Amino acid sequence: MKAATNSVSFTLNGEKKTFATSPDEKLLDLLRREGYRGTKYGCGQGTCGACTVIMDGRAVYACLLYAMQAEGRKVRTIESAGTFEKPNEFQKELIDAGAVQCGYCIPGIVMSATALMETEKDFSDEIAREYMDGNLCRCTGYEKIWIALRRTLDRKAAADAKPAAEKTTKRSSSKGAK
Amino acid sequence: MKDPRASKFKQVNHSVTKIDALQLALGKDSYVGDLAPKDALIVKMLWSPHAHARIVSLDVTAAEKMPGVKAVLWHGNVPRNVHCTAGQGFPEPSPYDTFMFDNKVRFVGDRVAAVAAETEEQAVAALAAIKVKYEVLKPVFTLDEAMAPGAPVIHDEPEAHVPIPIVYEPKKNLVAHVNCEAGSFEGGMKAADFTFDETYETPYAQHCPIEPYTSMAQIASSGRIIITTSTQVPFHCRRIVARTLGVPVQKIRVIKPRIGGGFGCKQEILLEDVVAMFAVRTGRPCLWRLDREETFRTGRTRHPFRIRLRTGVKKDGTITAIALECINNTGAYGGHGLTVVSCSGGKTLPLYHCENILFDGKSYYTNLPVGGAYRGFGATQAFFAIESLMDHMAEAIGMDPVKFRQLNHIRPGEGSPIFAALGEGREGTPMTVGSNSLAECIVQGAEAAGWKNRADWRGKTGRYRRGLGMCCLMQGSSIPDIDMGAASIKINEDGSFNLLVGATDLGTGSDTVLAQIAAEELETTTDKMIVYSSDTDMTPFDVGAYASSTTYLSGEAVRKAAADAKRQILATGAEMLGLKPEDVHCEDAHVLNEDGSKKVSYSDIANYSLYQKNQYQIIGTASHITKKSPPPFAAHYAEVEVDTLTGFVKVLNYVSTIDCGTAINPTLCEGQTEGGTLNGISYALTEQYLFENGKMMNASFADYHIYSMRDRPPVKAILVPSYEETGPFGAKSVSEICINGPAPAIGNAIYNATGARLNEFPFTPDKVLAAIRAVKK
Repeated sequence: MKAATNSVSFTLNGEKKTFATSPDEKLLDLLRREGYRGTKYGCGQGTCGACTVIMDGRAVYACLLYAMQAEGRKVRTIESAGTFEKPNEFQKELIDAGAVQCGYCIPGIVMSATALMETEKDFSDEIAREYMDGNLCRCTGYEKIWIALRRTLDRKAAADAKPAAEKTTKRSSSKGAK
Repeated sequence: MKDPRASKFKQVNHSVTKIDALQLALGKDSYVGDLAPKDALIVKMLWSPHAHARIVSLDVTAAEKMPGVKAVLWHGNVPRNVHCTAGQGFPEPSPYDTFMFDNKVRFVGDRVAAVAAETEEQAVAALAAIKVKYEVLKPVFTLDEAMAPGAPVIHDEPEAHVPIPIVYEPKKNLVAHVNCEAGSFEGGMKAADFTFDETYETPYAQHCPIEPYTSMAQIASSGRIIITTSTQVPFHCRRIVARTLGVPVQKIRVIKPRIGGGFGCKQEILLEDVVAMFAVRTGRPCLWRLDREETFRTGRTRHPFRIRLRTGVKKDGTITAIALECINNTGAYGGHGLTVVSCSGGKTLPLYHCENILFDGKSYYTNLPVGGAYRGFGATQAFFAIESLMDHMAEAIGMDPVKFRQLNHIRPGEGSPIFAALGEGREGTPMTVGSNSLAECIVQGAEAAGWKNRADWRGKTGRYRRGLGMCCLMQGSSIPDIDMGAASIKINEDGSFNLLVGATDLGTGSDTVLAQIAAEELETTTDKMIVYSSDTDMTPFDVGAYASSTTYLSGEAVRKAAADAKRQILATGAEMLGLKPEDVHCEDAHVLNEDGSKKVSYSDIANYSLYQKNQYQIIGTASHITKKSPPPFAAHYAEVEVDTLTGFVKVLNYVSTIDCGTAINPTLCEGQTEGGTLNGISYALTEQYLFENGKMMNASFADYHIYSMRDRPPVKAILVPSYEETGPFGAKSVSEICINGPAPAIGNAIYNATGARLNEFPFTPDKVLAAIRAVKK
């Protein structure tokens, strides 16, 4: 742990948090020491993507950012993405496709895909590859990750294409059921 | 004999979901770095900046007084126990040439001194305060320099030795030498219509698991040393750390949690001795994780090879003679030096019929990064030479390269003198090939790759030229007569089972595969298995995850342990039903009589045997060794586009067929094949170590490029089943073989596109362009 000479406040997975930090502490190190250990160290050089988190909607490398750069921002980690009871759609597809081998790169891959789905309207192969290019995997050859991603994107694209009215009805009815 | 259940497997040969997939996808604490206590000290190492130097003096007094520093280790204050870092069977067929710390450094990245401090910053600051004076020695950077008479001696320490009687001459930098001859190579050459003599070079490369080497040690309340580590070889780790520290094996427990990939690099004890020593010295948990730059510079690599290959062939396609001479560079330490070079012959030469085979393998020390085990293990290097020359030979006799291989490859029921001649540190084990669907692999691959449309390079024009190349491959499944795996399995009240295995899942999915095997044997479902693996205190022994052994060897141990438990379940079930054990059988987690009119569930059997009558623990246990190492086979096809202006090679399509026997989990087998193949493509085209005075200069993923999602060409994995009668439910290995194919297949495709033959890779644009310019039509 570092000498706590400063603090940083940001929204982490929807909750406002303040952490002691130091000017030279990386966001990755802060997250991991505070218990958000799903974000992994792979290179510390911003080249492998194992530490990918989402900051204000963009996928970023937590190993390159200083913790203090998160001041006032919204940060989301893999811990926000799914639970044992309810993994998210992409996590389910990854598991079903057999895309999780050693699994070390997967949290970063999930976060990059999340940024893709939340930012883009066009889920073409080219755009998808652009978003995922910064996440290295040495186990799978990406084949099954790609299959899982394509399935998730295609389903989301189909759902997004449905008329707005239909979606509104659906949403309100599901709310009603709760 | 083929298992009668083979036509109706319920658990194996199904793509059961990997049992740890959800936990990993959610990012739950799983790996060593996730499990370290908050108060763990952080370890950092001072690495040698010199390739070859003697440490004249080393002063750590200032460092020891730095803030937060709890201990400093160097050669003056640790035990000097010579050992080998390679995680192999005991006694190892590798030299004992390593100390925890030594007064000599042998490569840029060798250990000098280590610090354990409260924070990483404090540890790094303390490293800078260590004063070292070196006497720089003349370095040895090439095989020619290492072999030269009067070359600097890299291992001049008196303790260096090999614990088994094999050739080892450190005064000549010679790590190992093996050779054998079957028939008469010279005679075979005389009988040939065409003879060939080519020399090939294969490069350094690294495994690049995304999780770097990470180890942690703690002292338990009992005083024992608990090591949690990213390892493929927990039991070897325990033995080697015990030796290095000079403590009994009994004092150490090694736990392997989930591992973020290994591919062979974690078959090495590189961090564990130091974290254990620090834990002993400080009484505190100690965590050491290499950063990526350190991983590249000091981690293990693939041994670079120089290969001279001479062959003779008749016009009808008969191969009359093969001489394979391999020299490998082990770098500064000799672990795996003998075995990698032995496998470069043993795992390749049996592939084709030939009566006159000569093999000669040597390993030499240099002052460069250290070679280790890497997926493919010598076969990768030798297959580049063999499969490149096969193409060359086919062309010389005017035969299609596929047809030439079809004519010559080994058939089911056939043996090879090489199996008996080349073992790992001793003679090999004679054997004949049982399962073998290589013939079908070749046909299916050719179909998928569009081989029939392949055209000669001489007719190709224009800037971008396409070409199609192929190769055939084999590997092994475990090391016969050496490897051992063991398992135990016990029943719980609800009919679930604890399956305990020494086998090590490094991300491959072996825990899942072994659970499927146990469930199939026990006539229950895979989800009833609670798998716990790789804990030296808790699980039975296993040599670990290497030599393509887990499914074949550990899998059979699991099957036998499950069969043992099943016998007990049948006996208790029969007792409960008032029947004889021979009159009942198991089905869907029940014991029942022949017509099913009387039955009792596993859960009821467990409750009866644990609580009610004639109580005992239903527990099966078994060990397995093997007399065979059945080869998986593969045929690979690569289609490339070569830019003749820049020399840039793009793989357009890749077909990777494999005969792995019964695919216990087809999805996981495809995953192994796709992943290993892409790793091989990346190795063939981009990966290389760039040195300056022995220092690796491209120590990042920015400069050492491994393939990303955008680089990846479509890789089609095709499983072509066979049935290996000596394996669990017909299985043999799958994981290593696929990495051997891309270098020769892509090399052959480049030739087919341009007429340029490259005898070394990676096929970077500069090399390809130079080769294209040298082509004469």
